[in-house]
Amino acid sequence: MPTTYEKIATTTLSSATSNITFNSIPATYTDLRIVWVYKAVSAGNTAFLQFNSDTASNYSYTTLYGTGSAGGSQRSTNNTGAYLVSYAEAPTSEWQLQTIDIFSYAGSTFKTLLNTYSGDTNGGGFISRGVNLWRSTSAITSVALKFDAGGNMPSGSTATLYGILKA
Amino acid sequence: MPTTYTLISSNVLSSSAESVTFSAIPATYTDLVLRASVRTSASGAFSSLGIVINGNVGTVYSWRGLGGSGSVSYSNWYSGQNAGDVSYGVGDTATANTYNSLEIYIPSYTVARNKPFSSITVQENNATAAYTLARAQLFSSTAAITSIQITESSGNNLLATSSFYLYGISNA
Repeated sequence: MPTTYEKIATTTLSSATSNITFNSIPATYTDLRIVWVYKAVSAGNTAFLQFNSDTASNYSYTTLYGTGSAGGSQRSTNNTGAYLVSYAEAPTSEWQLQTIDIFSYAGSTFKTLLNTYSGDTNGGGFISRGVNLWRSTSAITSVALKFDAGGNMPSGSTATLYGILKA
Repeated sequence: MPTTYTLISSNVLSSSAESVTFSAIPATYTDLVLRASVRTSASGAFSSLGIVINGNVGTVYSWRGLGGSGSVSYSNWYSGQNAGDVSYGVGDTATANTYNSLEIYIPSYTVARNKPFSSITVQENNATAAYTLARAQLFSSTAAITSIQITESSGNNLLATSSFYLYGISNA
């Protein structure tokens, strides 16, 4: 039986850093999955990602979220990165779980990703489930996980990139 | 190439049980995934499910939820709880042969810091209100996770044929 779920790369930060980037992603899988555990060093940072170093306004999202007191939905277009947590800032107090599933990443159509954010801080926090669209027909060869405001993630932040194979 | 996604243990109930526990979870993986399909003896179409980690029933569980019943959507939160909540299971008066689907994802379960994790449960019965409920959970303990227990929160039983599968994901 072929292996269908493989680690491609993993990074655990040994010092505060502004991004975790996976480069040279092979085109040999069908889908990609990223598991990212992080928090922010300072307030004012919202998690997002960029593919293939593309910083143009090629990203949009629709999300479903919960604040603890209300649920809602939000969308935004022509962003310079894929926002993974709607508008919520990454907390500095507790570690957060972000998963990102990227479908048909090596194909020649626009790319859709499913992003889930689970961020409870024992009295605060946010939860969201969303979709982002990257309007590019290029195969995805790199993914940069970062904050929109450029802040740092602390030591211990970790991200793993998995490849899922249908063949 | 090492295996990335491995079944650690499973339990398909042959008779009703108060709880299901996975113990002696090895520290050799990176993340844990628990997938379950649950029906309980609770009266009603749905029932609450709890999770206790490492047998810790201190006030170390908190969560923030996002749910929908088919007619309303809502968000709620709790802190300082004695167990996590991975509701809803399917109750015993729901449409026959219906079970929920539950997935719990626990990253970095051996790292010495508080443990964030996610849960999502879905159910549908072609009759009455059913819930989809996603939760951001926090287990405020720095201990490595070595056991996970799933219970029906009101003391009802987990019914026979309910199934539970614990997987380990390795990034080695």
